[in-house]
Formats: sequence, structure tokens, C-alpha cells
Amino acid sequence: MTAHENADATPHGDALDKIDTGSAVVTDDGFENPGFPPHKPRQTDLDPQKEKRAERQVFGWFLLSMVGSVFAIVAYFAFPITESDLGSVRLNNLFLGLGLSLGLLGIGFGAVHWARQLMSGEEIAEDRHLTRGTEATRARAVEIFKLGDEESGFSRRSLIRNSLIAALALFPLPAVFMFRDIAPKEDAVEAIAHTMWEAGTRLALDPTGTPIKADDVTIGSAFHVIPFGMDNHAHDYLDQKALAVVLLMRLPAEDLNEVEGRRGWSYDGIVAYSKICTHVGCPVALYEQHTHHLLCPCHQSTFDVTNHAAVIFGPAARPLPQLPIAVDDEGYLVAQSDFTEPIGPSFWERQNHVNNDEHVQVLGQNTEDRA
Amino acid sequence: MTATQAARKQSLTSKASNYLDERTSISGAVSFLGRKIFPDHWSFMLGEVALYSFVAILISGTFLTFFFDPSMTHVPYEGSYVPLKGIGMSVAYHSALDISFDIRGGLLMRQVHHWSALLFVASIGLHMLRVFFTGAYRKPREINWVIGFLLFILAMAEGFTGYSLPDDLLSGNGLAIINGMVKGIPLIGTWISYFFFGGLFPGTAIVPRLYILHIMLLPAILIASLGLHMLLLIINKHTQFAGPGRTKGNVVGSPIMPVFAAKAGGFFFLVFGAIMLIASLVTINPIWNYGPYDPSPVSAGTQPDWYIGFADGALRLVPPGWEVELFGYTLTIAILAPMAVMGVFLVLVAFWPFIEAWITGDKREHHMADRPRNNPTRTAIGAAGIIFYAVMWAAASSDLMATHFSLNVFYVIHVLQALLILGPIIGFWLTKRIAIGLQKKDREMVLHGFESGRIVRKPGGEFIEVHQPVDEYERWRLTSFDAYEPTKERPNSAGRITAGTKIRGSLSRWFFEDRITPVTKSELEQSKHDH
Ligand code: FES
Repeated sequence: MTAHENADATPHGDALDKIDTGSAVVTDDGFENPGFPPHKPRQTDLDPQKEKRAERQVFGWFLLSMVGSVFAIVAYFAFPITESDLGSVRLNNLFLGLGLSLGLLGIGFGAVHWARQLMSGEEIAEDRHLTRGTEATRARAVEIFKLGDEESGFSRRSLIRNSLIAALALFPLPAVFMFRDIAPKEDAVEAIAHTMWEAGTRLALDPTGTPIKADDVTIGSAFHVIPFGMDNHAHDYLDQKALAVVLLMRLPAEDLNEVEGRRGWSYDGIVAYSKICTHVGCPVALYEQHTHHLLCPCHQSTFDVTNHAAVIFGPAARPLPQLPIAVDDEGYLVAQSDFTEPIGPSFWERQNHVNNDEHVQVLGQNTEDRA
Repeated sequence: MTATQAARKQSLTSKASNYLDERTSISGAVSFLGRKIFPDHWSFMLGEVALYSFVAILISGTFLTFFFDPSMTHVPYEGSYVPLKGIGMSVAYHSALDISFDIRGGLLMRQVHHWSALLFVASIGLHMLRVFFTGAYRKPREINWVIGFLLFILAMAEGFTGYSLPDDLLSGNGLAIINGMVKGIPLIGTWISYFFFGGLFPGTAIVPRLYILHIMLLPAILIASLGLHMLLLIINKHTQFAGPGRTKGNVVGSPIMPVFAAKAGGFFFLVFGAIMLIASLVTINPIWNYGPYDPSPVSAGTQPDWYIGFADGALRLVPPGWEVELFGYTLTIAILAPMAVMGVFLVLVAFWPFIEAWITGDKREHHMADRPRNNPTRTAIGAAGIIFYAVMWAAASSDLMATHFSLNVFYVIHVLQALLILGPIIGFWLTKRIAIGLQKKDREMVLHGFESGRIVRKPGGEFIEVHQPVDEYERWRLTSFDAYEPTKERPNSAGRITAGTKIRGSLSRWFFEDRITPVTKSELEQSKHDH
């Protein structure tokens, strides 16, 4: 064991003198490294009996590990899963897991105990070298590159070198294009800008699909709604549902502060709003009856149903889009049209897909602060 | 056992070794690596925990791939979990339920996989903090810091893709949020979302696609980076804390063969065993409670896995109305701003070694781990970073905090918004003061010794406590660290002081102006004379 004096790694001599120390304070007034303190032997080094005992303990751990592993195999069969019995799943998980844990921990404790008590406890010093290669190695490396260059003419024959670089740059490009078809051919913006709702579509309960009569919607109630006639075996059922889900609420008519152009969008205090949050698209589904607030559970955006679902708190920037509704001759609630603007989170081209003939702008947010 | 038997037994091992070496020259590897030295310190084990939990992830994950089917085809449930019987769901969710309820040990392996994934990301984070606060990323280890950073990002990506695979309500909701965030990207966001999901959200493509990323592409990159990380660890050798006998020119510890191998190997079994124990006792991600993904239902109070929390929290802290319309196009600042803040934060973390090296201008190799107090500004920056991250992270539970402490959730958000700005500033200042205070205490100790607890009466009648000088080993531990002073802004060859030099000068001043230098020999002499 050697203790070096307090110096930088100096294997390659003067290369180091040139190293810039920057703004480090370099002093020769520091203390000298005192070197290793005298080694203190362990109990197991001094007392053969303790040594024997440690050996027995290590053996004990390894034995426990074996017991654990065998137990795990036994448990696999002894605690089978019986159908429809959650308890059997739990027992299988527990005993199989405990057996495996013991198998692992036994080896772990045994090995660490062996290392700490019985293997050499003395620390060893190993010299460091500068990470860079020695001067000779570096010189040889440079020489090899030079030889490579000379023998191939890489620098000299610039035409073929550059054309090789160009060819190498181009050859992966087709792969990029070949991934194009992981998106469908249709226009992405068109696809997300419309929903299944159209004039006359009945409002139906989610998930049963039963159409809703206006009379059944009592004041204070809220319904989760999908368009009537959705086929829940259709391959795009979830996609369409993710666009079309609606929340239906009935408020005392006098509580609604409706703007001029939207008075005809509600029916007798019944209003319908897209359920997809305008922030990043979670379903907004916590309705507080007394305050008429809708709360999005994801990031706490809060919408005021009395004011056309204006944002009153949280990161959402726009009110929830309103679905214009009416009642058909049989008394069922129906949509007057699709939403007049795209539902859900904002996207770059969103403005182009607002139906300007039908859409009536409302105040984005209410600055009322409830904190 | 007779002598000949012993000889034959002996020769069997040596025969085998000889056979191998003659075909692989493996003896070279053994002689190069076998007695390599690894220093010992509890904080050096954090990286090991990360490595070993990754092995646990690989083993449990391999088991799961034999049973999991990532298809999003819609089928009615026919497994043995009664409450969901007959309900329509994707094959992916169905097979995740089968793994949980119909395959012996399946639930256990799912839980091992999930718990070890949580531990993996956590231990990488702690390992990074250890490396940061001890300055172990300095030359020649800057590149390895960047690789480690990449591993951290990959681990989170693995976590997120894995979380999305069972296609339960929560995982689908996580994807809905990603979809919303992607759509907020200017110009191409809408199309990227379409590309990503293979059409409308949720579509039927996303789970198989994430599956390929999760079990092939990301692990391949991860394992390659991990290999590189370990290779550089061997080339650069481990850092060590200052101590008697430990110098910049050596590394002191146990050799791989046998002590380090036994300890580290044993430690692997301990880590795996601990994960296994937790997995057999504590349920995690009970997907059967959530039901299959459906865009309509929600569950309040559900949490993403912990490492996604900071992103979720960052989204929550945005005040209302951050959206602008430009020439008929929509810019969603409410999404772009938190993404930019997180991006800048991560970039600063990734490039920190180069920033610090630029400020100090120190081109030497550094193999001694700093004690955090001995670089107060760096330590304070780290503390500020932790607070910044922690506030975003806490914000992801704003609703839980509100219900738990019966506070108004709006109030909680406002407090957190203020904390996001003020917390790091206060934390920086406080940490720096504490670090400098500790340094002063160290100086005091070296110069005047420590209080021995022995009170004596002086001839004049006053009582004093006898101070006992520290021994030379302790003194060395307390005084061997690098100190820096603010750089002087020197004009360049053209005689001008460039803007870069000025910035560097002021950063350097900010870093090092209230520095404490280690006690020198003459200072100690001086103080002895004073007594
Ligand atoms: S998705 Fe509704 S607040 Fe974020």
C-alpha cells in the first residue's frame, strides 16, 4: 500500500504542467496527506471462535435461501388460483412472493456477511492515470489516421469522398418516408374537427344508449350523454365517443345568464356541453350542484355552467363548447346540429374549423377569483 | 480424498480455464478487471440500486411478455374476475387481467415489474443528486453525466409507455392528456397526434405501438447506454471522498475479486429480494378496480406514477386564459409554457457539467468527491433545483392536498404558484448560508480543535473549556478540497473584453465571491502562536 503525496495524477510527467487550473486557488501551503491510518483488525480476524461463528451465520443465510426457493415451488402448487376467488389470488401472490423473497434475501445477506466478516478487510490503493492516452499512444493514433488518409486518398480525392458522404446521407431517407403510412391518409384536422352529432340526433344515456325525454331531466340533475344509436361494437366506437360525449344539466331557468345568440340553444333550463376539457382533454365530470360549477379532475379547470361554461379557474383557456339542443315531437331531447366549434383541447388550425355561420362567441373566462 | 483425486479435481478447473482462454484470451480480461478497486461509501450504492432494479425489471418483464397480448381488439371479458364479466374491453386489458387473476405468479410478476420500475427511476434520481452534490460530474466524467441523464429520460419514457399498456381507465386517461399536449404543438401538433395514434384518439393502434417501444426499441437504447455508462465508469475509475491515504492520484477501496464482487453481488440479491417482498405484500396499480378505458368516465384523485408528477403539476400551475390567436391560428401557451419550462430545466441539468467547467475554467481532472458544503454555490443551486422540481411535483397532488387538509383547491394552487418562484430563491439563499456556516465550523475545528467537554479553572479564576486539536487524519479530511476565486476579466489578444468574458466574470463572482478557503499550514502555525 502506498500513499501518494498531495499532487495531481502525474503519470505522464510534464503534460500536466500545462493544464489550465482556471480560477482554482493553487497553494503549496496545504497540509500533507498523512497516509493511511493503521489498519484495525476485526473481531473475526483476531478470534478464531468469532470467525467460526460468522461462517456458521453465512451458512445459515444460504440455507434459508434454499428453504425459501423450495418453499416457493411448493407454494406455487399448494396455493392454486381457484376461479372467481380473489382470496386464492391473494394467497398465491403472498406465499409465492415470500418464498422467492427469502430465496433472494438469503443469498444477499449471506454474501454480504461473508464479504464483510470473512474476506480481507484491508483497503487497497490503485494508481490513477490521466484519462488521455500516453504521448506515444496519441502520436501513434495520429499517425494511423494519417496513414489511413494517405493510403485511401480520403482528403486528396475530394470528389469521391464528397459523393460518398452525400450517398451516406441520402440512403436512410427512404426509411423516413416509409413511416408515413402509420398515419391514415385522411386529413387529420378534418377528422378531429367534427363529431357524430347532427340535427335531430337524440341525446341518449351513457352507456346504455336510452334516449332522454326532456321531462325526465329534473332541476339539479346531470346526465352523461352520448348520441343515440352509437354501435358499441363498431371499430371506431371509442374514437367517436371520445369526440361526442356530452354533459346534460338542468338549472333553474333564471340562473342561466345566456347571451343573445345562444338563448335558443337550451331548452327550459336544460343545457348540454361537451364533456371533453378544453385544456388537454380529460373528461370533465364533477358537477357541483349548488354552485353550478363543472370541475375537471385532471388539472382543476373549473367551468361556470350559468355563464356558458366560462373558465373560472385552472389552466383551461376556453369555455366548454355548447351543444345546441331542442325537443322533438315525441318529447325527446335532440341536437340542433353538431357543435359549432371543435371540441376538446386547442390545436393550431382550430380557428379554421369554427362554424362561423352558426357559432356564437362567448366570454372566454370570468375573472372572478374564488381563492 | 487422496492426493491424486485432489490433483485431478484441481486440474479440471484449470483444464476448463485453459480451454476457455485458448479460445477467448479471457485471462486478459480477468487480469485487467479482477483486482480493479472500488471505493466504499453508502452514497455510491445508489447507482447500484438503479442497476439492480433494472435487472429485476428485465426479468419480471420477460415473464410478462409471455402472457401479455397488446391488441386493442374489442372483446367481452371472460376471465375469472366476477365484477367485470361480460364487459367489453380491449384484448390488452383482458390479458392484463388474466395475468393478474388466472396465471399463478402473474400478479406477483406484475407487481415486481411495477415496483421495480418505480424504484429504478427513483434511484436514478437519487444517484444523479449524489453525483451533482459531490461534483462527481467534473472532468473527465462530463460525458458520463450526459449518458446518465439520457438513462434518466429513457427510464421515464419506459415508465410511461409501460403505464399505458394495460389499457385500463387510468392508462387511457394518461394517453388522453398526452394527446391533448401533443395537439398544442404549433403547426404540426394535430398531425403528430394523428400519426402517433394512427388516426383518431384512442384508435386501435396505440397500445401495440407503445408495446414495441416499451419492450424493444427503448430497452435496446437503454441497455446500450447502460453499457457505455459502465464502460466509462471503468475507464474513469470511481471518485472517492477525501481521507487519509486517499489522493488525487489513487483510488482506495476493495478489489472486485473477491470483496467488491461479493458485496455488490450480494447487494443485487438484497435489492431484488426487497422488491419481491414489497410485491408480495403491497398491491400496486390494481387495474381491475379502474375498468377498461372509456373516454367518458373519470375518477377524481387518481395519481400518475410519481415520476410523471412534475409534468402533471407543471400543467396545473398555469393561470387561466393562456392562449393566443395569431393570424387565425391558435397558440396554446397553457401547454407550451410548462413544456418550455420543463425543457429548459432538463437542458440545464444535462449541460450543467459544461456550464460549471466554463465558469471555473479549470481543466484538471477531478477524482475527489466534494463534500457538498465545500462548494456552497453549487450546493445551493442544487437545492433550488430540488425545490423547483418538488413544487411542480407537489402540484400534481393539489386536489389531494386540498381534500386532505380541507383547504380550497384554488388556494392550494395559488400558494404553489408563489412557491414555484419564491421557493428556489429562498432555498438557494438558505442552503448557501448553511454550507458556508458549516465550512466556517470546519475551519474553526482545524484551527482551534474541538470542545473536549473538560472544563478547567484558569489561575485568574475564569473557567474555560479545553479544546483538543483534531488529529492529522481528520485535519486532512477537513482541509483537502479545491477552492476557487472569482476570475479576473482579462482582455483577449485584440485587447478587448468580450461579452462572454464579462458574463463568465460575473457568474464566477456570483459563484465564488463569499468563498471559504481551506486552512493552510501557516494559518495553523499562526493560530498556535496566538494562544
Ligand atoms: S384536462 Fe381538464 S384541466 Fe387539464
